Amino acid sequence: MTGYVASRVLRAALTLLVAVTLVFVFLRFSGDPAAALAPPDAPQAVIDQYRRAMGLDRPLPAQYLSYLAALARGEFGYSIHTGLPSAQLFLARLPATLFLGGTALAIALGAGLPLGALAALRRGRWVDRAVMAFSVFAFAMPNFLFGLAVILIGALVFQTYVGAGAGGLLDVLPPALTLGLASMGAFARFARSSLLETINAPFMVAAEARGVPWRRRLLRHAAPNAAIPLVTLVGLSLGGLIAGSVVTEQVFAWPGVGQLLVRSVATRDIATVQFIVLAIAATMIVANLLVDLLYLVIDPRIRAR
Amino acid sequence: MRMPPAVRLALAFVALFALFALAGPWLSPHEFRATSLTARLLPPGSPDHLLGTDARGRDLLVRLAVGARITLVVAVVGTVIGAVLGSLLGLVAAARRGWVEAVIVGAVDVQASLPIIVVALFVLAMFDNSFLLFLLLIGLTGWEVYARLMRGAVLAAKEHGYVTAVRALGATPARLYLRHILPNVAAVALVQFTVNLPLTILLETALSFLGLGVQAPLTSLGQIMSEGRDRLLTAWWLTLIPGAVIFVLALSVSLVGDWLRDRLDPTLAR
Repeated sequence: MTGYVASRVLRAALTLLVAVTLVFVFLRFSGDPAAALAPPDAPQAVIDQYRRAMGLDRPLPAQYLSYLAALARGEFGYSIHTGLPSAQLFLARLPATLFLGGTALAIALGAGLPLGALAALRRGRWVDRAVMAFSVFAFAMPNFLFGLAVILIGALVFQTYVGAGAGGLLDVLPPALTLGLASMGAFARFARSSLLETINAPFMVAAEARGVPWRRRLLRHAAPNAAIPLVTLVGLSLGGLIAGSVVTEQVFAWPGVGQLLVRSVATRDIATVQFIVLAIAATMIVANLLVDLLYLVIDPRIRAR
Repeated sequence: MRMPPAVRLALAFVALFALFALAGPWLSPHEFRATSLTARLLPPGSPDHLLGTDARGRDLLVRLAVGARITLVVAVVGTVIGAVLGSLLGLVAAARRGWVEAVIVGAVDVQASLPIIVVALFVLAMFDNSFLLFLLLIGLTGWEVYARLMRGAVLAAKEHGYVTAVRALGATPARLYLRHILPNVAAVALVQFTVNLPLTILLETALSFLGLGVQAPLTSLGQIMSEGRDRLLTAWWLTLIPGAVIFVLALSVSLVGDWLRDRLDPTLAR
C-alpha cells in the first residue's frame, strides 16, 4: 500500500514537472520577450541590454534551471499591464471562481444524482427516458447559449439583469446553473448506470433473501456501493467545470479567474496566462492524486491488494 | 438493430446542415460581408432578408451559411487531425515500448490534466491567431483519448495468435502493425471519432464566441454570436438563431455518435 501511494505521488510530481517544462519551452519559442518588451524603434543595443538583464543570453538549460528556481521561490513574473505580480492578480480572482464552481458542483450533484437514481428505479418508463434525454441535451448545450438564454429570460420574465457580475447568493445561481448543467447531465447518467449495476448484484439478492426491507436495501446496501465511482466522476468533472467557467464567467461578467484568463489572452499578458495555466495544471494533478488516494480510504478491496 | 426515430431525425438534420453549408450562400442574393447602412438590424421575416440583418446591415442568412461552412470544416478537419495524431502516437507507444512509450504516456498525462480550451488559450496568447493555427489547436481536442485507447487496443491485440503467425511468416514490423493490427483495432478510433466530433464543434464555437477563435472577416457560428452578444435584448436573432443551430448540430451529431458506438463497440453488446 505504501508502494501504491508512493508511485501515485511520484507520477503526479513527474506530470507537473513535464507540464512546467512544456510551458517553459512554449514561452521560449514563441518569440523574443526582450524585443516584445522594448519599444518598437529601440536600437539593437538596447534590446541586447534587455536580453542580458532578463538572462536571455544564457544557454537554454541554464535558463530552464533558473526558471524552475524562480517558480520554486514563488516568483511567477509580473503582469505587463498592471505591473502587479501575476500570482496576486490570480489570488484576487480565486474566491469568486471557487464560489461559482462550488455552487455549480453542488447544484450538479444535488439535482443530477437524484434524477439518475429515479431513472434507475423507473427503468424503461417515461421518467427514465426523460432523464436520459435531459443528459444528452445537457451535454450538447453550449454553455454560452444557455447563459445568454438565462439572461434573456431573466430580463423578459423577471425584469432583472442577471449578467452583471458577483454579489450575493442570488447572483451566483444563474451562472452556477449554466456552469453546472453539463456535469448535472453526466452525474444523472452515471447515477443511473451505477445504481442499475448494483441493484442486480448478488449481494442485493442475498439481502432480499435475508428479508432486509426494500428501503434499507436501497439506502444501506446499494447506494454506498454505487457511489464509489462517484469520486472519480467528481474528479473528472473538475476539468469540465474549469473549462466551462472560462466561458460562463465571460457571459455573466463574473469577476473570476476565467475572465482574467480570457482578458489576459486578449491583451497578451503572458506572465498572467502562464501562471493561470500552471495553477490549473497543478490543481487538476493534485485533484487526480487525491481521487486515487481517496479510493484507498473508501474501497477496502483496493487496500487489500 | 434498426435505427431509432430520434437518430433518423438527427441524421437528417446533419445532412440538412451539410447541404446548407454547401449551398446556403446561394440561397440569398447578398454577399456575406456586404454591409448596408439602410438595412441595419432588420428582424427576421423582412422582405429582402429572410433571417434579418446585423448591426452593419449584413444578411444573417448568408452569414449563417458561410459560418456553418467554416464551423463544419474546422470540426471535421480538427477531429481528423486529433484522430490521426492520437491513434498514431498510441500505436507507436504500444509498438515501441521503452522510453518512447514513457514519453507518450507522460504527454497523455499532462494533456489529461489540462482542459483543451486552456491549452488553446495559452497558445493563442503567445502566437498571432491565424486560421491554420486555430485549426491545429482544435485538432488537439481529445488526441490523448485516442492515444490511450489505441495503446490499450494494440497491446491487447499483440497477445493474439495471428500476430505470432504473421511474425513467424517473416512480416516486417511496419507490415505487421499497419496491415494486420491496425485494421483490427481501427473500430476503437472510429467510435471515439463520433464521440469527439461534437466536442470539437463546441470548442470551436466557444473560442470564436470569446473572440479568440475564427476572426473577422471570416466568420463561424460562434463568431456571429460573439458579434451579436451586446445586442441580446434588442436583436435576439443575432445570438439565438446561430446558437440554436450550434446546439441542434451538436445534439444531432452526438445522438448519431452514441448510436454508432452502441452498434460498433463489441464490449457494449448485450
